Amino acid sequence: MSRHPLFLPTVFVGGMIFGLGLGASHMARPEVVLDFLQFQDLGLVFVMGGAAVVSGLIFAFGQWSDGRAPLSGRSFGRRIRSFDRNVVAGGTLFGVGWGLSGICPGAAYASLGTGNYPILIAITGMFAGAYLQAHWRSNAEQPEPTHTSAD
Amino acid sequence: MVLDAVLQETLTGLFPHGITRYLLGGVLIGLGVGFIYLATGLIPGASTFLESTWTYVSGLERFRDPSLVGTRDWRVVFTLGIVAGGAVYAVVFQGGIWTTSVQWWRLLAGGVLVGIGTRLGKGCTSGHGVCGLGSASATSLVNVVTFLAIAIGTAQLVNALGVTP
Repeated sequence: MSRHPLFLPTVFVGGMIFGLGLGASHMARPEVVLDFLQFQDLGLVFVMGGAAVVSGLIFAFGQWSDGRAPLSGRSFGRRIRSFDRNVVAGGTLFGVGWGLSGICPGAAYASLGTGNYPILIAITGMFAGAYLQAHWRSNAEQPEPTHTSAD
Repeated sequence: MVLDAVLQETLTGLFPHGITRYLLGGVLIGLGVGFIYLATGLIPGASTFLESTWTYVSGLERFRDPSLVGTRDWRVVFTLGIVAGGAVYAVVFQGGIWTTSVQWWRLLAGGVLVGIGTRLGKGCTSGHGVCGLGSASATSLVNVVTFLAIAIGTAQLVNALGVTP
């Protein structure tokens, strides 16, 4: 798939709008997320809700247009992942981590941009967690010729 | 009217900072995703970056996956854009840097669990919560309900144990 020279600059600008939104919504501040989770300020509902509605409308428009993305030639699709128990197990672990720290990946990157350097501790943790998960997954996917695992 | 007063008080209690900044921020997040989508057809989540960036330096089996190696460059660029967007917010609206008071061990332990959980669960607040819900994906809805419920329980429990912030 050939890429237009503006492909990466466009992704950068889109990321900037995304990061500006995370800053403006205050979601880049763990304290605000923790206030939400403790029912002190429910405003964060409008962050994820507003973002999902806007992106959903744009996804719907792209699919309705039946066209192709100008910078890549890709057709417009939806973000669909297969369901399995990892979706629930992963969501559970993520929930404990989010409730403990008040920070999620996108908000952490934006938070770093706002000058919140202590968030590097959380980002380091996230990279470590992603590595651990990949390590376990790599081991689990080794073929086991002698027997079939019980799950 | 009494009803108006009660309603007003309830709304102020639930939304002490109003909803404008939250809604505005959410719309911007959606527009950022939508801009990339309409131009490139990509649907960007934030957490795959945590795995795809490892492919530059690690030879683990999982990190040879084409879905990570083939997308790692634009994911780095997307993340740098998010950092830059946060910086624009800080310079233009925040008037300087801001730092969290949440304790380091919460950030570290929480971060490790976020890293494991988002990758195992195939997405995060943006991947499932924004892009997945925007795609009307049932998988994403299950994931979002799960992480929201667990996060609420965890934050309330930690608070009840007297840990602040």
